[in-house]
Formats: sequence, structure tokens, C-alpha cells
Amino acid sequence: MATQATVHQTKWWSGGKSPFNMEYGKLMMWYFLMSDAFTFGAFLISYGSIRFSQNFWPDPNVVFNAFPGAGHANLPLAFVSVMTFILIISSVTMVLAVHAGHKGDRRGVIKWIAWTIVGGLAFLGCQAWEWHHLLTGEHVVLANDKLDLAVQNMRGNPWGELVENHAKLTAALNNTPHDALVQIVHSHDHSHTLKELSAMSDAQLRAMIDPAELHIREKGPVAFGGYFFGITGFHGFHVFSGVIINTVMLIMTQKGVFDRKGHYLMIEKAGLYWHFVDLVWVFVFLCFYLI
Amino acid sequence: MEHSTIHPEVTFEHQHSDAEFKRRIRKTTILLSVITVIELGFGLTIYGLHKSDVNRDMLILFFKGVVCILTLAKAYYIVSVFMHLGDEIRNMIMTIVVPLTLFIWFIIAFVADGNSYKNLRNKYDKHFKETTMPLKERKKEEAKEIPVEKKGGKE
Repeated sequence: MATQATVHQTKWWSGGKSPFNMEYGKLMMWYFLMSDAFTFGAFLISYGSIRFSQNFWPDPNVVFNAFPGAGHANLPLAFVSVMTFILIISSVTMVLAVHAGHKGDRRGVIKWIAWTIVGGLAFLGCQAWEWHHLLTGEHVVLANDKLDLAVQNMRGNPWGELVENHAKLTAALNNTPHDALVQIVHSHDHSHTLKELSAMSDAQLRAMIDPAELHIREKGPVAFGGYFFGITGFHGFHVFSGVIINTVMLIMTQKGVFDRKGHYLMIEKAGLYWHFVDLVWVFVFLCFYLI
Repeated sequence: MEHSTIHPEVTFEHQHSDAEFKRRIRKTTILLSVITVIELGFGLTIYGLHKSDVNRDMLILFFKGVVCILTLAKAYYIVSVFMHLGDEIRNMIMTIVVPLTLFIWFIIAFVADGNSYKNLRNKYDKHFKETTMPLKERKKEEAKEIPVEKKGGKE
């Protein structure tokens, strides 16, 4: 009995059969994804390393609290949860596309892969909005004992510690030069044009700024922007290439390429890649938005 | 076992019946959504704790730990059910999973390194400490340091 069992086991490796019972291309897709997991892992761990080396790190709920069309309402985590659900749903439609492929159901594959592409595009649209919002949203910050406007980009971070020392803020307001005053008033008061504001005296402009109302912060760690845009950008690039791959699959399915081949294994490989994109987002979501 | 005509060496076994498949996918989708909602709940709780003045650092750390574990659960379900890795041959699963255990060392080593760098800078670079230490933390440290100073004065 024992020898029989051994013979049965070694048979997998004696040729004629795939030891992993898997097509070559699919196996290589798995190994590619594993290497890609290490690339993403290295990026995220590098981010963690830098974060642990800082005394202060911005609270994600303060940074990511905007929602399209909601103006300045404070809605922490709301938009990113929409993005997360979009990816989960598009992952489900991809599973259904792969399943339709197993059955050789061409119309099913076309239907579900089209929905997956829609989900991918929706996610990319959300990400474009979020980046635009962070890169253009101006915030009043306290830097070098002066007030200034700052945006979230690769060179600066406006999400430092909240300044609650009013004497310090009033002193900073008095140090702030004319041009910066004009910009600060203009950022939250749209009843005057820039030209009108420029013509006003510094005292008039200062009277229009109430430091207590503006939630003025110090500048935060510069690395925040680099890591956020770098890693979500790299993930977004994966989503983008996934959408391209799925579009190619859609066209090939429509042309009947897989029907002629006799199998839909290509859809399965594209599906693996798409699920991986969803998997990475789960970790990006954890590292940047939740903790 | 159904043999593919194109790849005769591959046999496709993991095809569940249609009803079984649909049930499994529905269950996993609901599970992933529920875990995500719970994670969001924890995220908002952490936000509330950050805003309040009460010192709840340990509780926040605990919630963050729970969120990390929930994320690993989500990753498990995506890989095992959506990517069908759970249905593959054990040897194949091992060639993927075993190399990934490198992450255990990877995460611990680099996070500890970052933390050590912070401690060294706070110790030897007073300017860094004064300009970056949040007010809350500084107050906590001062509260700790006062009794030590009193002792020194007595001696």
C-alpha cells in the first residue's frame, strides 16, 4: 500500500501531467503577482518605516474628509469607502466573468467584463477627483511665525499640529506680508475680487481674518505627500493597466477569439490580475486611511 | 475529470455547480462588505478618540491592531475565494504562501528601524524634538520629568 501511494504521488512529476494542475501562463501570472506583492509591500513598509521615525503624523480622518459636491462638510472616510466598495463590486463582476468563461458563455463574459471595466473607470475617476482636491485645496498654515497658504503636494503638507495658542496666531497675523494676506482672505471670502483686496490696506485685510475660525495648523511632515501620491499613484497605474487588459479581453471575446481557442483561460489570467489590484487596495486603504 | 483539448496535461477539477458557486460568491461578497463596514466603524471611533482630550493611546493602538487583523481576513477571502487559490493543489499554494512569510521579518525589521531612528533623533537632536513633538506628548513628558527633577533637588 505504502509503495503504491508513493508511486501515485511521484506520478505528478514524471511528465505528461502538470504537477500543479495549472496552465503555464496562469502559474506565471501567480508568480508575477507574488513579485508585485513584494513591490507594493516594500513601498508600504518604507512608508511605515518613515512614519515610525516621526514624532508627528497627520490624522488621515483630518486629511481625507471631503466628498464631491459636499463643499467643506467634514465627512471623514466617506469618499474612500465609496472607492473601496467600487473595487469590491468590480472584483465580484470579474469573478462572474471568469465563471461565465468556464462555461464558455460568451455573452455572459462580455456582460460581466464590461461591468468590471465600468467599475475600474469609476474608481480611476474617484482617484482623479481626490488627487485634484488635495493638490488644489488651499489651507492656511503657520510657518516661520507667518501665516501662509499651502496645498498638499510633494513639497509640502498643510496637516501639521493644530495651533491653539491665540497669542502666537495674532503675532503671526501681524507678521504676514500684504500678498499673503490678500490670498488668505480670498481663499475663504469670495465677495471681493483679488484686485479689490490688493487695493486694501494691511490693517483692513487683517481685520477680515479671524485666526480662531480658520483652524490654522503648522506644516506637517513633507514625506506624507510623496508616499501618498507615490503609492496611490502606483496602485492607480495598476488599475489603469487592469482596465486596458480587460478592454483587450472584451474585444477578443467579442471577436470570438476564445471560442475558436476552445477555452477562456485568458479571462482567468486577467481576472487574477484584477483581483490582485483589489487586494492591494485593501492594504493601501488600511495604511493610508484607517491607521 | 474534464480534460482540456488544448492543454492535455491540465485537468480542471475545481468547477462547482452553478448554485453552489453563486452561493459562495454571494457569501464572500457580503462578508467582505461587512468587514469593510466594521473597519470604517473602527476608523471613525479612532477619529473620535483623537479629537477628545482624554488620553486613550492604548485603546487607539488596540483598535488599529483589530483593523489590521480584519484587513488580513479580507485579504484571505479575496485570495482564497475570488482568486481560487484555495482550490489549487497544496504544493502550488505553498510556492506562493511560503515566500510571502518573508513579510513577517520585513515589517518588523523596518518598522523597528524607523522607531529606533526616532528615539535616537529625539535623544541627540534637540531641535528635531522641539520642532516636531506634538504639544500633547510634550505635556505628558513634562509631567513625567517633574518628579525626577524634585528628587535631584533633594540630593
